[in-house]
Amino acid sequence: MTEAQTEPRQIYEPIVDTPTSYVREGPDIHPPLDSPGYKSTQLRHPKQPLVYLPQGLTEVTGPALGPAVILGELDHDLTRQHDGEPIGERISISGRVFDTEGKPLRNTLVEIWQANACGRYRHRWDRWPAPLDPNFSGAGRCLTDDEGRYRFVTIKPGPYPWGNHYNAWRPAHVHFSLLGRAFAQRLVTQMYFPGDPLFPYDPIFNSVRDEAARERMVSRFSMHGSQPDWALAYEWDIYLRGPGATPFESAL
Amino acid sequence: MIWPSTPSQTVGPYFAIGLPWPAGPHAVADGTAGAITISGTVYDGAGSPIPDFLLETWQADPEGRFADMWGYGGPSELDGFRGFSRCGFEDGDGSFEIVTVKPGRVTLHGGAIAAPHIDVSLFARGMLHRVVTRWYFADEEEANATDPALARVPPERRDTLLAKPVDGGYEIDLRLQGEGETVFFDL
Repeated sequence: MTEAQTEPRQIYEPIVDTPTSYVREGPDIHPPLDSPGYKSTQLRHPKQPLVYLPQGLTEVTGPALGPAVILGELDHDLTRQHDGEPIGERISISGRVFDTEGKPLRNTLVEIWQANACGRYRHRWDRWPAPLDPNFSGAGRCLTDDEGRYRFVTIKPGPYPWGNHYNAWRPAHVHFSLLGRAFAQRLVTQMYFPGDPLFPYDPIFNSVRDEAARERMVSRFSMHGSQPDWALAYEWDIYLRGPGATPFESAL
Repeated sequence: MIWPSTPSQTVGPYFAIGLPWPAGPHAVADGTAGAITISGTVYDGAGSPIPDFLLETWQADPEGRFADMWGYGGPSELDGFRGFSRCGFEDGDGSFEIVTVKPGRVTLHGGAIAAPHIDVSLFARGMLHRVVTRWYFADEEEANATDPALARVPPERRDTLLAKPVDGGYEIDLRLQGEGETVFFDL
């Protein structure tokens, strides 16, 4: 990512610039639902071919969910949701949400959840012997600003074991959920940290077959963005699919 | 310049610490006239109910208008209408229930008219990307007969997209794989 690419770009004008369809992403962008290396996919992927859906208003519109789920000013700061501070490496995670034409998506909901510094989730299904942190819940949310920017303050999550295969460990990651501005743009993904030694062994990370595409899930460390005497910074831009070429697809 | 999309990854087993919220299953405000429930069960390829999934829906109001974030298509005038619901379960019995209103017909670009429908996204551990389906209504035979999306679905599989009327609303199951597999769409 160069400096030029982080300059403010065109902002959508409401209504006028609302796409009438979204680009078809093709089979290689996202990981296949049938990914044998990730065992749980076995009984959870459709075997019948997907049916082409002509996009209509339902697909190009989307909810304004912020007011319903953002509870307060500190929702973006996972280190300040309890009386005390969580244990771990304090970091910021920030970036911008764009469509694939490079237009920032403003006022769109970004939700995250993650394990604590030891790699343990505050979830009753997570039972591996690593301590819970009474000062860390592990969930946050925010809306992007007018330039598509989001920012979270949190602690760096730890890697953790899982039952997929012998000695299986997930690389450290933060889960991201994005609403975009249209049903067609909805995305749930995971953000990874640069240089993780577990990358070659993780079937979820490697379910994305193209190396360049995998790199798009890896944040970059930013010395420039780090705050002296306070927190290191990771930056990660997210691209949701953009307008389609055929304006009146549903008429086809 | 076109940038490539960020790839999808699974929602995983622990999304319940972040995504569901108490009013999530309600696409309409409490007390909305004509509110209905839509309920069902999500099954995996072994025919077992899936205990952990995240289901989201998005739809028009009875006038065919959306609570779209930019007012696209003419904003909904139904008081408190969100048009979006989210149910998430970490250890459920496979069943879900949302509260909404039956959507109206939506006029498409080019003049075609869609039958009443609800767009549905399903996420779960073991799914590296969401699957997308639509719910239509079994008691809308006339509208369904001319719907441009249903027309693309093989006739013998259309039944998997039809919510059946029950007391207080409709019922429809999702089957990810195997016998009676739900039709999922390439969006």
